[in-house]
Amino acid sequence: MAFQGYEPDNQTLLDIYKRAALLKANDERARKVILSGQIAMVYYSYRGQEIIPSALSAALRDDDYVCTIYRGIHDMLAKGFPLRPLWAELAGRVTGSCKGKGGPMHLTYPPKGIMVTTGIVGSAAPIANGLAWAAQLDKNDRVSVCNFGDGASNIGAVHEAMNLASVWKLPTIFICQNNLYAEHTTFEKMTGGENIANRAAAYGMPGFRVNGNDPAEMYAAAAQAIARARAGEGPTLLECMTFRFFGHSFGDDDSKYIPKEQKAKAMENDPVPAFRAKLIADRVATEEELAKIEADIEGQIDDAVNFALESAWPTPDDLRFDVFEKEIAA
Amino acid sequence: MSDTATATDTAAKKPARPTVTILAALNKAHFDAMAEDPKIISLGEDLADPEGGGVVGVTRGLSAKFGDDRVRSTPIAEQAIIGAAIGASLVGYKPIAEIMLMNFTAVAMDMIVNHAAKLRFMSGGQTSVPMVIRTMTGTGFGSGGQHCDYLEAWFAHTAGIKVVAPSTPEDAYGLLRSAIDDPDPVIFIENLPTYFAPVSFELPDSSHRVPLGKAAIQREGTDVTLISYARIAGEARQAAEKAAENGISVEMIDLRTIAPWDRETVLASAAKTSRVVIAHEAVKEYGVGAEIAAVISEELFGKLKKPVKRLGGAFSAVPYSKPLETAFAPDAERILAAIVEIAG
Ligand SMILES: Cc1ncc(C[n+]2csc(CCOP(=O)(O)OP(=O)(O)O)c2C)c(N)n1
Ligand SMILES: [Mg+2]
Repeated sequence: MAFQGYEPDNQTLLDIYKRAALLKANDERARKVILSGQIAMVYYSYRGQEIIPSALSAALRDDDYVCTIYRGIHDMLAKGFPLRPLWAELAGRVTGSCKGKGGPMHLTYPPKGIMVTTGIVGSAAPIANGLAWAAQLDKNDRVSVCNFGDGASNIGAVHEAMNLASVWKLPTIFICQNNLYAEHTTFEKMTGGENIANRAAAYGMPGFRVNGNDPAEMYAAAAQAIARARAGEGPTLLECMTFRFFGHSFGDDDSKYIPKEQKAKAMENDPVPAFRAKLIADRVATEEELAKIEADIEGQIDDAVNFALESAWPTPDDLRFDVFEKEIAA
Repeated sequence: MSDTATATDTAAKKPARPTVTILAALNKAHFDAMAEDPKIISLGEDLADPEGGGVVGVTRGLSAKFGDDRVRSTPIAEQAIIGAAIGASLVGYKPIAEIMLMNFTAVAMDMIVNHAAKLRFMSGGQTSVPMVIRTMTGTGFGSGGQHCDYLEAWFAHTAGIKVVAPSTPEDAYGLLRSAIDDPDPVIFIENLPTYFAPVSFELPDSSHRVPLGKAAIQREGTDVTLISYARIAGEARQAAEKAAENGISVEMIDLRTIAPWDRETVLASAAKTSRVVIAHEAVKEYGVGAEIAAVISEELFGKLKKPVKRLGGAFSAVPYSKPLETAFAPDAERILAAIVEIAG
């Protein structure tokens, strides 16, 4: 194994599963809630990509920083974003983490290090460096994780950021979640070179293509990159291979651009149930234990959705606040 | 005291002639601020001393004094520069990011407009971006279409950013210190051709501040209100003097902060004179003058004796050839003509 010494133990595997199960259940609920008409929102399903942030977050500390993108609720939940303020924000309520001002594409929760969620492709990368720079100046051992897609790998901001992170030896971890599509365009059609990971070499940092759907491999790769960053040795790029099951955004008919066989094969290898089965087969957990975890998660989501739907809407006067520290005059 | 003071005037409090430039005032503002607050950090192209301490030397001496951790030269990567400043500002730092020339903000607009300006609002106030973006610009050096535009209207139009443009060493010092102290992102515009002119007698003291959002009435008058900022404020001062010689009493206002601008001072003056001229170097169309003129019309419609008159750069790219470059932006002569016209 490439990342020797960083293999997860059984307890860590169970931790990863708990996160992945939450992510999967939350995505399923979100799509249900939209379909039912209870909450109208823009939604980018991450279903199929759960293992990446679950394994990564099991290797992170609460005080490490994470920046992510519109397709990033999995990254946030895995890092510990609490469900009530998350759902209230999705519903646009004043009890949301961002008081309803940010919404699904700008969820933020600093108490768990979730500092920036951007709807602009690639733009988290330069900002993640700034968080890493602060950690470097503060000498507090924190790392700064930047999530982005395969499509984002071609935008200038990501390249500017990778170069700066390398020159300044920043504790930035670049997590490219390669789901093989950017909106409707395939990875092959838009990517020069064989893969994204190779690009790291050009910036003088380690880069690895890993199976983002394999909890053990994903964890070990992340843990190694994190250890390197904490030791002051600089950034790492991980290209994490995965697939998204439900198109670009909610309502997108992906049968128009994803070959049927490709999608069917990906869904057959759904990483969360596969992980679940392996945990039971390897006697890391019993069926009953996992079922209990999953039932608890459903209960927590029920609570959060109810909380969101019962919460008040913001009022028009709220527009004057949070533009600047001092409110705009009425 | 400046070292160019002669032996004969050392006894007097002020040297015989001005020695202090905007450049020196800005440099001192950096030194004073960074000495007071270890959370102030600075980054930009050629910014540190091994690279010359900034292309014109605004940051000269900082990296030698405060170290390479806090004062960093960067790759030529404006998105990386602004992004790093944003990130550090989210967690307790107060970065001063230099974008060498204002036109280069164009390649970092996403960072500035979509992120620096909006993160406080989009996070519901959970995060904030207390950073300063210093940048320089201005016609006069024959640098043509991509190196000297005034682009303040782009930023003034974006909720969440403050925009500042000093025209004197005292204001440069006081506004930069206030911009650094401010809890929100500030674009700080420095005028390139007037950096080096010795116009003041003493460097401001480290306690000197000019509040953001407060204009300066640089000359009181009763007939015409003249509003300007940045380099054109200097042209406006000259025009106001000439107008006085012609018997027209001009109240000259230097906005100093473009966003948020000082409505109170401007509207009080406009109500008093009922004639208003606005002049800036930026292209007139859709410019800052348009917003001010619109507000004056909304608030004082019946009280104005003449429509508000706007002067601004031509609706063209900044031209290279000297006669064209001179024709591009308003000058004292054209401002005076506008004053005479509106006073008549
Ligand atoms: C700068 C910018 N250009 C275009 C878009 C529109 N857009 C949103 S998502 C997307 C595809 C991005 O694909 P990828 O980086 O692979 O991430 P994924 O959606 O697959 O997670 C595009 C083009 C955008 N948001 N920002
Ligand atoms: Mg993709």
